[in-house]
Amino acid sequence: MTRPTLAVWKFASCDGCQLSLLDCEEELLAVAGAVDIAMFPEASSSMRPGPYTLSLVEGSISTPEHLEQIRTIRAQSRYLVTIGACATSGGIQALRNFADAGEYAAAVYARPDYLSTLATSTPIAEQVSVDFELRGCPINKAQLVEVINAFVNGRRPAVASHSVCTECKRSGTVCVMVAHGTPCLGPVTHAGCGALCPRHDRGCYGCYGPKETPTASLAAPLQKLGMQGDKLVRFYRSFNAWAPEFREESRAHETP
Amino acid sequence: MTTTRTIKVDYIARVEGEAALHITLDRDRVHRVELNIFEPPRFFEALLRGRHFTEAVDITSRICGICPIAYMMSAAHAMEDICGVKVDGPLRDLRRVLYCGEWIESHGLHVAMLHLPDFLGYPDAITMAKDHPDLVKDALRLKAVGNDLLRLLGGREIHPINVRVGGFYKLPTVAELKARRGELDWAMGATQRLLKLVAGLKAPDLRTAHEHFALRHADEYPLNEGRYASTDGVDIPIREYEQVLQEEHVAHSTALHSRRLGAANPPLACVGPAARIALNQDRLGPLARAALKEHGLEDAWRNPHRSIALRCVEILFALEESARIIDGYVAPDRPCFEVTPRAGTGYGCTEAPRGTCYHRYSIDEQGLITAAKIVPPTAVNQAAIEGDLRQFVSDRLDMPEDELRHGCEQVIRNFDPCISCSAHFLKLTVERVDGVAA
Repeated sequence: MTRPTLAVWKFASCDGCQLSLLDCEEELLAVAGAVDIAMFPEASSSMRPGPYTLSLVEGSISTPEHLEQIRTIRAQSRYLVTIGACATSGGIQALRNFADAGEYAAAVYARPDYLSTLATSTPIAEQVSVDFELRGCPINKAQLVEVINAFVNGRRPAVASHSVCTECKRSGTVCVMVAHGTPCLGPVTHAGCGALCPRHDRGCYGCYGPKETPTASLAAPLQKLGMQGDKLVRFYRSFNAWAPEFREESRAHETP
Repeated sequence: MTTTRTIKVDYIARVEGEAALHITLDRDRVHRVELNIFEPPRFFEALLRGRHFTEAVDITSRICGICPIAYMMSAAHAMEDICGVKVDGPLRDLRRVLYCGEWIESHGLHVAMLHLPDFLGYPDAITMAKDHPDLVKDALRLKAVGNDLLRLLGGREIHPINVRVGGFYKLPTVAELKARRGELDWAMGATQRLLKLVAGLKAPDLRTAHEHFALRHADEYPLNEGRYASTDGVDIPIREYEQVLQEEHVAHSTALHSRRLGAANPPLACVGPAARIALNQDRLGPLARAALKEHGLEDAWRNPHRSIALRCVEILFALEESARIIDGYVAPDRPCFEVTPRAGTGYGCTEAPRGTCYHRYSIDEQGLITAAKIVPPTAVNQAAIEGDLRQFVSDRLDMPEDELRHGCEQVIRNFDPCISCSAHFLKLTVERVDGVAA
């Protein structure tokens, strides 16, 4: 029997999520035994054409060329999984969606006319159908191994869908908001990091993106802790700023 | 009659980020060398404006998944410079250990997983593992030692969460630090074995006349601090960086090129392990210094094809430095210094695995960022990479297409370019103007 094939693709991103695969120091050779890594340019100069069983897509859609590329990748892939905040919600570079993209380009580049870029940075699922979205900025490498394992074996991945707040309670971590008055997005943020920030005495900053909870209910407690107006806007508007729940919540607190 | 030909590499493998190469040559000379960085621009310097000064550390870490600490550290130092805070004592030492973790992880990845396959003739480390299982397993374990330090001090390997302006959120315990000593000792031995292998690799002879730039510190091998120095005699405080190296925008790249100011016909600027070794080999720890001497690598910084050995020497340094700090560590009474914002401009310049990472910020009295300037190391190196390619190809005009293309890719990988960072881009096209179809 031929092994399932894996392809890893990059759009606008920092490479951190695909690096997570190389960071699986203990599992990497086992993964490479179970799947045939056919396309992974960051790791190998051997690049073979599709079709592929599973495509992992990192990064957001941010140039005119991306629009075409993602369609080609979708057509060549049995399963397409997005990995990380850029691919799943547009990433930190989606802050330009709230601003004047032309002004952004002029602020950084002397010759914006040399650039080929879209006015927005958007998630992969806005362009093509996606079979699974793995959250996180960056993704959790154990979850990545689980996702690869699940898809090559034809089952749904067992990835928790509760909030960071629940991860804190389960790990017995003291609530930074209640005990120290530290603003925290844990109640409205998707699990996966293992409550990393609260375990380090800091508030969650939402890098795993929104969980499907009424995000607005957190505003009042945050306001009580001194998070007003622009502060609240910035809190929701970071690595998952363009995720619908965080996008709407940040807009609700904008001063007109 | 002379016709030209083209050498093209559309997607350069085993580098971080997206780039292509386009070279045009004929029988007698190279016409054009362009390293195209098509990494999409993300406009970090624009999106940082209006953010709170404490946020720059976490936001800029997202410039690069392989060297986030470099960005976090340069941002933190710049903000501390504005606010008049000096992080010293054990907190400064722990920042060094954290940075060493990133050097071990990043250099380990590049030396064994991305670069060594070129020398041993494999497409990647996974294929190489079939013939050299112990070599690859040891390399993965070595990389894991770096990642373990990043997890311990930073919370996680990629985009650590425990770094802040003023210090850390939470400190590891003395016992947690000491528990790393055994693995560090193993890693020092493993790195010496790896260095023996890579120092003996046959490398093409290439002599460049680049001006190498790195931080230089009074008594340390540079990570977080120092004056900015070059092999051609530059010696300035970091706040004068932009008076020496200035960025300019060229049509074929989203990475801004650096131009040397203040010199007529200046050599190409180059940063990274070779520059650090050129300027600071007297500051290496005893183990790394002895290894440099034992393998005759004192002048290896002049040949870019030997960078793999110099990265190994730096891994050894990062391991012995971490061990030294852990052995003498006494816990401070708080995890960070208080930092109150004040309006002003500040500078941060630290040594990323790939070379100097320069940041400048201005903030207002509320602590909001009004201007940001970030120069990633690969942006500085881009012109030097193109220079080396030109020289490499000029010396081999008759070489068969495939060999030449492969050689060019190696020239690029010598720099361990980090293109996500620099995009501000790489694609390989070699165009031969001699009637030979490319």
